[in-house]
Amino acid sequence: MTNALELDRVEVVYDDFHALKGVSLAVQPGEAFGLVGESGSGKSTILRAIAGLAPVASGTINIDGQSLSKRRDKAFYRSVQMVFQDPYGSLHPRQTVDRLLQEPLAIHGIDDQERRIVRALEEVGLGTGFRFRYPHQLSGGQRQRVAIARALIVEPSILLLDEPTSALDASVQAEVLNLLETVRKARKLTFLLVSHDLAVVAHMCDRLMVMQHGEEVEQLLSTELSARKARQPYTQKLIEASTGFRR
Amino acid sequence: MSALLTVEDLRVAFHTRTGTVDAVRGVSFELGRERLGIVGESGSGKSQTGRAIMGLTPPHAEVTARKLDFDGIDLTNISARARRDLRGDRIAMILQDPKYSLDPVMTIGRQIVESIQAHEKIGKSEASKRALAMLESVQIRDPARVYDLYPHEVSGGMGQRAMIAMMLIANPQLLIADEPTSALDVTVQLDVLRILDQLVTERGMGLIFISHDLRLVSSFCDRVIVMYAGRIVEQLKASELNQAQHPYTRGLLDCMPRLGAADRHPLPTLDRKPEWAL
Ligand SMILES: Nc1ncnc2c1ncn2[C@@H]1O[C@H](COP(=O)(O)OP(=O)(O)O)[C@@H](O)[C@H]1O
Ligand SMILES: Nc1ncnc2c1ncn2[C@@H]1O[C@H](COP(=O)(O)OP(=O)(O)O)[C@@H](O)[C@H]1O
Ligand SMILES: [Mg+2]
Ligand SMILES: [Mg+2]
Repeated sequence: MTNALELDRVEVVYDDFHALKGVSLAVQPGEAFGLVGESGSGKSTILRAIAGLAPVASGTINIDGQSLSKRRDKAFYRSVQMVFQDPYGSLHPRQTVDRLLQEPLAIHGIDDQERRIVRALEEVGLGTGFRFRYPHQLSGGQRQRVAIARALIVEPSILLLDEPTSALDASVQAEVLNLLETVRKARKLTFLLVSHDLAVVAHMCDRLMVMQHGEEVEQLLSTELSARKARQPYTQKLIEASTGFRR
Repeated sequence: MSALLTVEDLRVAFHTRTGTVDAVRGVSFELGRERLGIVGESGSGKSQTGRAIMGLTPPHAEVTARKLDFDGIDLTNISARARRDLRGDRIAMILQDPKYSLDPVMTIGRQIVESIQAHEKIGKSEASKRALAMLESVQIRDPARVYDLYPHEVSGGMGQRAMIAMMLIANPQLLIADEPTSALDVTVQLDVLRILDQLVTERGMGLIFISHDLRLVSSFCDRVIVMYAGRIVEQLKASELNQAQHPYTRGLLDCMPRLGAADRHPLPTLDRKPEWAL
């Protein structure tokens, strides 16, 4: 089976800073793959490199077996969508939910806008009552639902999710994680999910990569993570720390 | 054990153009020389509770309490001046983001020296020696280097430790830590908690640890207060968290994904009941 997403020895260099030092990973269609590691380890840089937003110095990135050109084309942005941690920062403050959802449809020349917007809002559990609200009239969880609706409305096959629930309260996080799982199943989406929370990744993903200093520490199955069967001491340390304080 | 801090029926109300926001609605608890956690979701009134105890409530808000007693001092009935003196000395607060608490245009070393000199008459070179020792005591590995750095030049964890070093100078009896580790990586988070823990066990400080992370709090604190909509819905021993009674506390515990726990798909969500906020 062709991988939905494949990175081969990707390096990202900012000026003189080596943010990714040759990272490789492969994600199958419909699979959910997690990225964990301390802040600054290069997790977001991987997503940005895929989205064409980071200076890739070498290596290749394939989507559905096709190597990506330096400039991503429109078809790419239709099949790959991104959701960020802070939906407030990614939703234009002076646009209503309706406008926010219309924009990607207009960019990709997708018709039948009315029906798609109504459907997208229903799919993320907001309903049309939210259609003409502004971002500041929404709670954090509702804003994240709008961000997800906006990503889904162009019918992508891959979602890049960067700490999508890290700014949310635990109960809202649970709702958004459930929503993401539901849409993944319904639409057979492929996920690349970044989180600093091991439990979130173990819950949402099939496999994951642990990162440190722009490099892979190891790749493992979520079941291995849950069973605390990491091979690398660094991963063990993260697992240990995630269980809380020990006196 | 006599309480270090007694809070009875604490209320904080914001009078805004659109009406009154009751941020804290009758909070009561006692604190000894222990670690007390305050948890709850955002907006539940945790920070406003801490700020009211500190005397740092915004001016347009109204604070009332039947009793607010710190070590025999009636905080509801002392001058702003006396309150300020307490704050610089016997009561301290650390905030989530040290960037707001450290002076951005002064090196970390100089800030520590100034606060040492504000506390006692001591020469510059002696103060600077002490500042270095302080930085070392919060496990900053290269104190001489960090001494000369500006706040924006250090990582979040380092800035938070520098804040704690500053606070150590005053040697407070009561510390209110408002989400002091939420912005930090888990491993760094535990380092900072270890320092706070030492202050409680070695210096007999009383600690109020505010956090939205119920599980972290219960692993670190002796007791936990759970807040919802400005009220305490439950107080319990951290070790007895699993026996929590209130459906809100139970809901908060249940809805978090847990490493190694049986897979729950979908995750249970919180079914909020209007009566919780009564
Ligand atoms: N535009 C940029 N210029 C220079 N350095 C950058 C830039 N973006 C990110 N970095 C650096 O790359 C490293 C990895 O960043 P990032 O991928 O955002 O980490 P993570 O998401 O794991 O926290 C960090 O050290 C960061 O400071
Ligand atoms: N300056 C303010 N004006 C009006 N309401 C405020 C102000 N600051 C806080 N509040 C309200 O007080 C409540 C409690 O806030 P806070 O104590 O900061 O919550 P927490 O720390 O638990 O997240 C919130 O509902 C918030 O809306
Ligand atoms: Mg990141
Ligand atoms: Mg707060």
